[in-house]
Amino acid sequence: MKQNIKIVRYGAGNIASVVNALSRLGIDAGLAACPADLEKADKLIFPGVGHAKPAMESLKLTGLDRALKEFSRPVLGICLGMQLMASSSEEGNMKGLGLFNVTIKRFSGKEKVPHMGWNSIRGLNGPLFERLSEESHVYFVHSYYMPRTDFTAACCSYGVEFSAAAWRDNFFGVQFHPEKSGYTGEKILENFINL
Amino acid sequence: MLTKRIIPCLDIKNGRTVKGVSFVNLQDAGDPVELAARYSGEGADELCLLDITATLEGRSTFIKVVEEVASAVSIPFTVGGGISSENQVEVLLSRGADKVSVNTSAVKDPDLITRLSKAFGNQCVVVAIDARFTEGKWQVVSHAGTRATGIAAEEWAKEVCDRGAGEILLTSFTADGSRKGFSLDITSQISNLLPIPVIASGGAGKPAHFYDVFTEGGADAALAAGIFHYGLVSIEEVKSYLDKKGIAVRFQG
Repeated sequence: MKQNIKIVRYGAGNIASVVNALSRLGIDAGLAACPADLEKADKLIFPGVGHAKPAMESLKLTGLDRALKEFSRPVLGICLGMQLMASSSEEGNMKGLGLFNVTIKRFSGKEKVPHMGWNSIRGLNGPLFERLSEESHVYFVHSYYMPRTDFTAACCSYGVEFSAAAWRDNFFGVQFHPEKSGYTGEKILENFINL
Repeated sequence: MLTKRIIPCLDIKNGRTVKGVSFVNLQDAGDPVELAARYSGEGADELCLLDITATLEGRSTFIKVVEEVASAVSIPFTVGGGISSENQVEVLLSRGADKVSVNTSAVKDPDLITRLSKAFGNQCVVVAIDARFTEGKWQVVSHAGTRATGIAAEEWAKEVCDRGAGEILLTSFTADGSRKGFSLDITSQISNLLPIPVIASGGAGKPAHFYDVFTEGGADAALAAGIFHYGLVSIEEVKSYLDKKGIAVRFQG
């Protein structure tokens, strides 16, 4: 089955890694820069790095914020993409998409920030983590995190226990970078593609 | 648990990996894309690609290498060497690099760190600090170790952190190429002083050196080139050793 997978492009960070990772899986992903681009998409990947506030503003400017919220097929938010799916963030007092009813917080313990490198995830729940074992290592780079919620689909600990992944209906978010997480990340992307 | 990272470094000149000590007596070490894929397969946690070409032609060859590595490997990599502007960073990130490292250009123009961090986020700004122990203290050296700057390493580290560096790559030119172990004192001083991760570099010769730099040295990651290129020790051997000694490392899932 040839799928139409689109990567949301809204000026927040670089999408080359996601394009490359999908291409290694044989997927030639297109880019979506406005709501009309979403219409024919079977699935969306919503990446992002950088600051939450300008990223959210840029989504609003193009109307992608509403289009994303109303999208009825699977969406995978990555890193900042996941954080924008929350209702708000401490970063710049950003008001997010509200897909996950939770506030993104900044790491405030004695650990070094950003949380950078390979950490293990557990409590794996849902279709993204099919065929994956508990305590798999994935690659993180972030200074803000989603606290544990009812939607938490994987946990990670770094001074605090936080949501490494969240899942509600057709919306998935991962704090780590599956596109940079070796074989483990590849399996997660594959699982998303196979949904 | 957050694992300690092992990062092989590839020095690249005119599209080829080269090996040598402190950029002297360079020998060909193969195709960087093949080498990057091999290290990734052997369990490298990240890669570092350093452009040591000084010509414009070499620069465009390097960008091509970056692009090819990005499509071949699924682990993060940092690129560095001669980066002095936002434009260069924009190009390298758009070709698939995850982070960039700045060194001499940041010493000359510290505001570069601030600008890069604002434009691209601190997570992708690595500041490389080359230090040498001279006259009883650790001093920053620039231009691939050829020039003393007179700046104390700790002071510079603090400044780059304040300016928005996401990570520090600390290379001891005193230990570099010696294979006698990392410089633990300066590594631990800087790592304990700063709230950002520190990658230790220079001096790796055997697995025990990595253990030392992660414990006594307090490093978050360790970078090495020669021992891996010459096949003296493999990444797997380093990781197995660390694992047995109780250091959290990542094995491929």
